[in-house]
Order: sequence, then C-alpha cells, then structure tokens
Amino acid sequence: MAAMNMVQALNSAMDIMLGRDPAVVLMGEDIGYFGGVFRATEGLQRKYGEHRVLDTPIAEGGIVATAIGMGVNGLRPVAEIQFADYIYPGFDQIVSELARIRFRSAGEFHAPITIRTPCGGGIRGGQTHSQSPEGIFTHVSGVKVVMPSNPFDAKGLLITSIEDDDPVVFFEPKRLYNGPFDGDPHKPAVPWSTHPKGQVEEGYYTVPLGAAEIVRPGSQLTIITYGTMVHVALAAAEAMKVDAEIIDVRSLVPLDVDTLCTSVKKTGRCIVAHEATRFSGFGAELLAVVQEECFWELEAPIQRVAGWDTPYPHAFEWEYFPGQRRVALAIRAVLESA
Amino acid sequence: MNRRSRLHLPRTPARPGQRPDFSYVALSPAGAVPRPEVNARARDIEPLSVELVRVLDDAALAVGPWNPHLDPEELQVGLRHMMLTRLYDDRMQRMQRSGKISFYIRSLGEEAVSVAQCMALRPGDMLFPGYRNQGLQIARGIALVDLMCQVLSNTRDMCKGRQLPVMYHSRPGNLFSISGNLATQFPQAVGWAMAAAIKGEDHLAASWIGEGSSAEADFHHALLFASVYQAPVILNIVNNQWAISTFQGYAGGEQRSFAARGPGYGVPGIRVDGNDFLAVYSVTQWAAQRARTGGGPTLIELVTYRAAAHSTSDDPSRYRAKDDYEHWPLGDPIDRLKRHLIALGEWSEERHQALVAELEALVISSWQEAVTYGTLTDGPKLDADLMFEDVFKAMPKHLERQRALMRAEREMPWPP
Repeated sequence: MAAMNMVQALNSAMDIMLGRDPAVVLMGEDIGYFGGVFRATEGLQRKYGEHRVLDTPIAEGGIVATAIGMGVNGLRPVAEIQFADYIYPGFDQIVSELARIRFRSAGEFHAPITIRTPCGGGIRGGQTHSQSPEGIFTHVSGVKVVMPSNPFDAKGLLITSIEDDDPVVFFEPKRLYNGPFDGDPHKPAVPWSTHPKGQVEEGYYTVPLGAAEIVRPGSQLTIITYGTMVHVALAAAEAMKVDAEIIDVRSLVPLDVDTLCTSVKKTGRCIVAHEATRFSGFGAELLAVVQEECFWELEAPIQRVAGWDTPYPHAFEWEYFPGQRRVALAIRAVLESA
Repeated sequence: MNRRSRLHLPRTPARPGQRPDFSYVALSPAGAVPRPEVNARARDIEPLSVELVRVLDDAALAVGPWNPHLDPEELQVGLRHMMLTRLYDDRMQRMQRSGKISFYIRSLGEEAVSVAQCMALRPGDMLFPGYRNQGLQIARGIALVDLMCQVLSNTRDMCKGRQLPVMYHSRPGNLFSISGNLATQFPQAVGWAMAAAIKGEDHLAASWIGEGSSAEADFHHALLFASVYQAPVILNIVNNQWAISTFQGYAGGEQRSFAARGPGYGVPGIRVDGNDFLAVYSVTQWAAQRARTGGGPTLIELVTYRAAAHSTSDDPSRYRAKDDYEHWPLGDPIDRLKRHLIALGEWSEERHQALVAELEALVISSWQEAVTYGTLTDGPKLDADLMFEDVFKAMPKHLERQRALMRAEREMPWPP
C-alpha cells in the first residue's frame, strides 16, 4: 500500500494497464509530453513512448471518433477529454456510434474504449469548467458510466473500465483530485494521505462495475450519492447527528439496485444527492428505482439534493454547490415526515 | 527502404532545456508579397495562403504593396491601444496572483492582432472574439473599469457574476459574448454575416480562434457555410504556435499553413505577420473591402507567438524552452510599431515613456474605481438570486422554487 491522491491513483491504473496490455493506448489534449493539465498521465509518455501515449489535436469529436476506429481495430484506447464541459463535440460519436456499434453489428464489432473526463465544481471554474453531465450519458443505452469518490476506487474502477469490452465514460470529480472535500470551502484542504481510501495498492487490482459501496452503515435514513457528494453527505450527517447509511453508487450504469434498495428497505427513508443539476438528473432515476422497489417500506417522500437548474455560476459557486446545508435540509425533511 | 505504414508524430522544435528553433516558420521578406485586387478570384491568389504578408522591414520602415499608408495619428492610436492592452494584462495577472481575481488570460505578444484588426473594421461590424482578444475590447473603447469589473465578478460585472474572468461582452460595442468553449463562435460569426446579407446590411462579422482550436469541427462548419453562401465574414486564425502544451504541428500546421485551408474551401487564405501592425491592418482592410463589395469571406492566419502562459493556471516552463520568445523571428508588435513611428519622426523614447506613465496611471485609477464595486474577497457582493435570472427570459416555476430554497438554505444556522 502507498499513499496516493486521486491523480496518482489514476496514473497508477493507466501505468499498470499500459504495462500489462500492449493494446492499451492513451490519447488526449496535452496528455503526452506535458502529462495532462491535471497531471493524470505524467511520465507515461516517457515510459511507454509516443506511440502509446498520444497528444491529440483539440478536437473532442475527433478524439472519440478515432478512438472508436482504434478500438474496432483491436486497440483499447483510453481517451481523456480535458474537462467534461468539453465533451459535447464528441457527443454524437458517443451516442450515435460508440454506444451502438455492438448492437447494430449483432456483436461482430465493438470498441472497448474508456473516456476519462474531469467533472464537477468547487474550483472556481465557472460554467465551462464545472459541469457534471453524467446524467446525460446514463440516458444513452450502450455506454457504462462510472464516477469514483476516492483514490482506491478510482484506480480499481479505472482498471476494470479499461479491461471492460464495453465503452465506459469515466467521470473524475476534479475537486477530489487532491483530497476529500466535504463541501466547506472555508476549511483548510485535507490531503488524501489522511484518509483510509488514500491508501492504495501499488499493483494490479480491480473494483467491479455495478457494485455500490456502503461507506457508512446506519439505521435512520439512507443517502444514495456518488462523487464529491459522498464526502459532503458524510459531513452533513455527522453535523446533524443522524445515523445515516451512506451509499457510494460508484457505477451509475450498470447500477447496483440491490445494495441501494436493501438499505432503503431497512431505513425506510431516502435521500438521493448529486452535484449535477436536478431536473432530469441521474437522481430522478435513483429516486424512481427506489420508489419502484421500496414503496411499501418508505416512511417519507424521497428527497433530492442537487445543483440548481442553472448554468454553473462563477461568482455564486458556494450558493450553487449542494453543500452540507442542502443535505441537512433534506435530512430534516425525511425525518420530519415521521 | 521502410515500406511499412508508420504513425507520424509531429516534432516539437524546442522543449525545456533545448535551443529555441523557429526554422520551421516560413518567412517572406517585407514588401515581397503582391497585393491582389479585392475582387480577385480565390483560385488566382492561392500563394497568399503560404507566403507571409509583411510591411515593416528590418529598418522599421513600411514597404511594399500592402502598406496601408496610415496617418501617424492612427498609428499612435494603435500603439496606445496595444500598450494599454499589455499594461492592463500585467495588472490583472498581478491581481490574480494576489488572490483578487480567480483566473486570467494574457495576450502578451499578440496585441497587434486584436488592435490592428479592430481598427481596420467599422463600429457596426460584429466581432466574435476568443478569450485572448482583449485588444478588441480596448480598441472598441470599452472602459477599463468595465473590463475589470467583469474580471472581478463584482456588483458592476456585465456578466452578473456568471462567467469566468475575461469572458466579456458588449452589445453596444458589437462584441459578442465570449463562450470559453473553443471554436464554437467561428460558425456563429458566419451565421451573423449571412443574416446581414439576408437583411441587405453593409455590416460584416469577424471571429477569432487559435490555431489549436482550428482542429474542432466548428472550424470546418464555418469555412463551409462561409464558402457556400459567400458570407461577408472575416475568419481569423491566431497562430500563436501553442495550444497550452501542444505545438501547432498537432493542429495540422506541420504539413501546410493554416491559411491554406481557405483555398480548399474556395475561400481566399492570407498568411500575415501577426506582429506587424501595418500588415495586420492592411490584410484586414482588404478582406473587409472584399466582404463589403460582395466578394464573400476571407480566412486570415495571423502568425504570432503566445509569449505568456496559456492562462494563470498554466506553467509553460514545463513544456517549452524558457527563452523561446526572445528568439521568435517576428519580434514584438509594440516594439516594432514604436520603432516605425520613431523612424517616421513621429515618436520618441521620451513620448513613449510619458505614454507608459499615463496608461499605467489610467490602469491604476481604473482598478481603484473597480474594486469599490467589490472583489472576490472583499466589498459589496452580487446578490446570489441573480443566478436564477436569464436562464430563461421569464423565470419558470421550478427556478422560482429553487431560488426560495436557496434563500432558506443561506439563512440556516450552520453548524446546526
């Protein structure tokens, strides 16, 4: 085990996969010589060569499309989109092509691609460096969608994603790159070295897709969340002194319905929380699944915590971000219905 | 002989610790490139897309057919705008470092692009700037205080706190809202120009992107629509050699000039010395006359150098030779225009220093005024309610509800 932040853990996953599988190639803007704007690919071009770690033109549509072609021709590309906010020029290639190649060719062709992309706010990035568009991709049949909340999971999930023969869009909450963030911007930053999940195995290991994790067992209510909001929810539950069961979804598609619903059936109260905007967000799917499976065990209406339905505003970052207060109000609401 | 296919990887001329090498930059002597009539057929002027239009020679004199013969007063205005742009940038960079603003992008070394091009256009022409075109804002006469208030996201911010610093706009100034996403506005400028033609107006549109972002599909949409409809638009590629860490070869500049993409679409392409104020002015004037007289679009590649970091989040010492800019063969745009004015007997070192002092004082007094409207950390703050406005023209019910929830949340005592 070694102390790693999330960037180092992701780097380690790609390092291991480049070493294990000659079909793995990395591609993206500034990822080669420079090592990526967030340093996730630092040193990998030096180690594996310019033919395995490719700097690309600034053309997200081109990156996804050529990755598809490489994938169809036997490679296993890991493409970085520098910010999730810039993924949309590649959207048609993901939705109309990547997600459907296996289906439309009756399984004769497929493209085993992982698209890594930093998402989320809390870094004063304004509307073009803060979005959480995961819900848009979960709405597309044929791509898997993953979002880790800590270095250990990030590495294991990324290795699994790269090995997966289906395409995976892998969202990395950039506010968590250097440390867990509980939603309070006024507290001094905490490094991952102080967190158990910042201890990462140095070698190969996997974390399966489709498996949620109970990060805090509890009896009073269930908070279903992922990404940065895992840490915000933990802090809010502690501040509210409630015995919340907090579940990190980790893999949005496929979704571990059993773990979520077993918990809600036990607690009878449920909050779903994400940083993304609320309207038609992934929280709506989570809420619907819980309602379908747990209706008779529910003691209160399910609450949703999310970003407001506006573009991400630069000056009002902390009024926009679903911080501990927003979670606390939801906790109060699900408990008050008793 | 190796007969197998191979993957070519563009060669970056100089990385940290290596000798700067600009031998790849194809140069033409000042005055050497012919100036065609503005109504010339695109196919007859293809060499313009690979040669380099230059007016200022080594003695800082204006030579050749592209000399726009500007009055000294106009040149002095251009010099002033470029100097103000640079001093404004310097100040904002320092303010970012001291935590007063969150982010900044300088245009160091590229000032002639925005200033000369803006001056060659008319106030009614619509500009679709990129994020490194602050010279357009300054040359269009937007007050420094207004630019600073945007950068500060303060109570007088034109964007009402919604945009990252430098993403300005001005409806009265005909400066479109800067997106922050790359290349998206290039084809929008074409659409604006098509509308001007549909409405029978005399205005044209101009847009700017970097050579790096010319890789985006939007670049090709712009060229195609501009060509098909012969829209009155000037499409500018600012080739400053770097897209963050990635050298222009990765945008396709290794095989052919960026301007040469124009002729592929039947659009004239002109490659110009982007640090030569007179040459930039002149080719823009040519393209504007062509557009206004029904000649359609022009693609201009402005060859320049990004002397500063990509942004305040970037550290170029990690990926390029430290003293690169000192070896850049096209020099510094301010220094070159200054030397030209001195050579004409219309400027002096003393006048120059006096102007520096005057502009520095303007920057400082503007900043002092701007911060009275608030900074990121101190002073008056914008009302957070503003984030719910302008999502739609009229606020839908769900946003009204969320605004109320936000107010309740902010009033909640914390910790509970």
